[in-house]
Amino acid sequence: MRLLSKPLGALSRQRRRRFAPMVLLLVALGLTGGAYAAFAPSPQAAAATGASAQTLKDGRDLYLRNCSSCHGLNVEGSSDGPTLVGVGAASVDFQVGTGRMPAAQLGAQIQQKRQQFTQEEIQALAAYIASLGPGPAIPSKDQLDYADADAAQGGQIYRTNCAMCHNFAGSGGALTRGKYAPSLQGVSPKHIYEAMLTGPQSMPVFPDTTMTSQDKRDIIAFLKTTQTEPSPGGLALGKVGPVTEGLAGWLLGLGGLIACAVWLGAKAR
Amino acid sequence: MARLEKSAGDIANEIDERFGSAKFVRRSARKVFPDHWSFMLGEIALYSFIILLLTGTFLTLWFKPSQVEVPYEGSYIPLHGLTMSEAYASTLRISFDVRGGLIMRQIHHWAALIFVAAMIVHSARVFFTGAFRKPRETNWLIGVALITLSIIEGLLGYSLPDDLLSGTGFRIAEGVLLAIPVVGTYLSFFFFGGQFPGEDFIARIYTFHVLLLPGIFLALITVHVMLVWYQKHTQYPLPGRTEKNSVGYPFFPVYTAKAGGFFFITFGVTTLLAAFVTINPVWLFGPYTPTQVTAGSQPDFYMGFLEGAFRLMPNWEIHALGYTLSMNIIVPCFIVPGLLFTSMGLYPMIERWVTGDNREHHVLDRPRNVPTRTGLGVMALTTWLILLAAGANDVIAITFHLSINAITWFFRIAIFVVPPLSYVVTKRICLGLQRRDRDLVLHGRETGRIMRLPNGEMIEVHEPISETQRYILTAHESPGPLELEPATDPNGIPRRRVLASKLRARISRFYFEDRIVPPTPTDARELESSGHH
Repeated sequence: MRLLSKPLGALSRQRRRRFAPMVLLLVALGLTGGAYAAFAPSPQAAAATGASAQTLKDGRDLYLRNCSSCHGLNVEGSSDGPTLVGVGAASVDFQVGTGRMPAAQLGAQIQQKRQQFTQEEIQALAAYIASLGPGPAIPSKDQLDYADADAAQGGQIYRTNCAMCHNFAGSGGALTRGKYAPSLQGVSPKHIYEAMLTGPQSMPVFPDTTMTSQDKRDIIAFLKTTQTEPSPGGLALGKVGPVTEGLAGWLLGLGGLIACAVWLGAKAR
Repeated sequence: MARLEKSAGDIANEIDERFGSAKFVRRSARKVFPDHWSFMLGEIALYSFIILLLTGTFLTLWFKPSQVEVPYEGSYIPLHGLTMSEAYASTLRISFDVRGGLIMRQIHHWAALIFVAAMIVHSARVFFTGAFRKPRETNWLIGVALITLSIIEGLLGYSLPDDLLSGTGFRIAEGVLLAIPVVGTYLSFFFFGGQFPGEDFIARIYTFHVLLLPGIFLALITVHVMLVWYQKHTQYPLPGRTEKNSVGYPFFPVYTAKAGGFFFITFGVTTLLAAFVTINPVWLFGPYTPTQVTAGSQPDFYMGFLEGAFRLMPNWEIHALGYTLSMNIIVPCFIVPGLLFTSMGLYPMIERWVTGDNREHHVLDRPRNVPTRTGLGVMALTTWLILLAAGANDVIAITFHLSINAITWFFRIAIFVVPPLSYVVTKRICLGLQRRDRDLVLHGRETGRIMRLPNGEMIEVHEPISETQRYILTAHESPGPLELEPATDPNGIPRRRVLASKLRARISRFYFEDRIVPPTPTDARELESSGHH
């Protein structure tokens, strides 16, 4: 206790200083925020795995219950959503598989969120929509096997066709009026492939006739290689270019040096 | 020990016999400099420059300033087999195949950011404390030149690797050249040796980057530091410090130790940053070809305000007589930086003219005591910051899920509204602080202790401030606006240049109309004798 009483006494003498209330407020805010971040409930990962055989009827039932209010009872579309005849199974698998559909709300762009259905349910839905008209199918395992693909070639194709919206490292980028090209970090090869195939929302369509299946695998290989490689230079700062670098330069670099200058300039007691 | 001292003395003697250095060393070693942490901001810039020279020399050992196309065969797999310029290939080689190459590249680039940032902060310190006043106007101008040149030097530097991002930057530079009326196309063809990108410009900007501009920097920095030495350093107001003395510590041993130590601290912090944080990951950008571009194409921060001006400018072109005048480029790329840097460079002369103050000043101002200057400085900084933020409008849009169009319009309005507002707010804050200073001198510090008098009255105990503090709070002058000279001189002859003097009186009113006069000893004594605490 006597060991503590000296620093505590010094602390207590500081409490009437000019900046004491401000420091206290900052400490309190920091503690509150930190505690919230530590104890806030995290969203539960979806896990349920249904295992029953799905039929077109199941798909139609799912459609009527979850999709028809916007896309129409006969899939004819409405003012809130387009017709889905001919969009193909790949489109359904992408939109529902990434949680974009069913949409929580209409906005500048439908956002990615937690997947709402099991993979079996998605397949039933996809089969039902595919039965209404021909469209791109869900890519097969072979189409997605990028083990032998050429990442360097994929990088060239990516920089020519994708980087202007998704950024050089697939970190995403802004489009007009609140729309955006989402980040490609952690997106599964299947969903990347399907997106190129079907062109969701603002994205153009890259059918296999103009961008071959091999090209798509090369792109996936490029993205997966650059995303899984360790960052050679240290912290990557979000891979968004010089904006975050400038921020780090000012805050860490110059900020740190000014702190040192203040320390050196302080009078010895 | 005695032998060591003797041999050291012998060597010094040998040198002195040839160069007469003893007198110079004796005088310089005893030279006094005032001490304050804010005087070390310029040192950060100076040391960063030395770091840049050292690491830059290392990089030139492997960098090939050539646009000859070669297939890449180095060890970075995701680029393997692609054709690219030798400049880009050699940058990759430095990053992945030269031992210590990547950290040298990162130290070089981080030091560049710190160099410019430190100069900006240093110039802000000089501005807000009035250190640019007579006799230091020349040094202020040298500083402005250094900042301007460093922006160009930085642009050339990050363009050398010939990656996708820097190539895009030079594509924009080509557009800017083309926008210069009449000679634009000629300039662009001269510079690039034909159509963009050509095969010449990397080699050309390399010479500018490693030879011409560093040479100019070295010369300007030398003059800058010599002037500080010759004109002596300014000092903050404290009892005993006047316009005629310089109070501080001797150069040797205090500042040789401090400055030497601070150099290593600067090098250390920069190296730490470079060791743990990536900068300019060229391997992710890919080689430059004019057919490609990436989202989030931004320049380094020191170019950011130009990028922002560019992004805010509406698409205004004038077509006349078969020619196009691209105001959408001329305004953000020439007029905006021209206005910012010209007004910055001329400010000391403008203020001298307005105040009519031709005396030398070696004691610094506290920013609050010169509210109009402080307000104008904050206004300039706010303008710069808004432009800087506007240059990152896409990153802001995607980070905060906002519409990029809305952000652009917000900044378009803000660039006209917020700077004047920041001027008014800053000036009011300064005046408020001055009132508080006056109050502190006259009534002392509020202690927060409440005392109950025998008659039941509650009062807060005020504690008188120290002599030193009282000096600091009252040492400054508070000039009033200049009087308008009468239209005729004492002999009844009309004065010349009436308009200029009228304008000067008006600006002087703008400067000094609102002012808080610091309390005089009489004020304080009157208060004391009236029994007020």
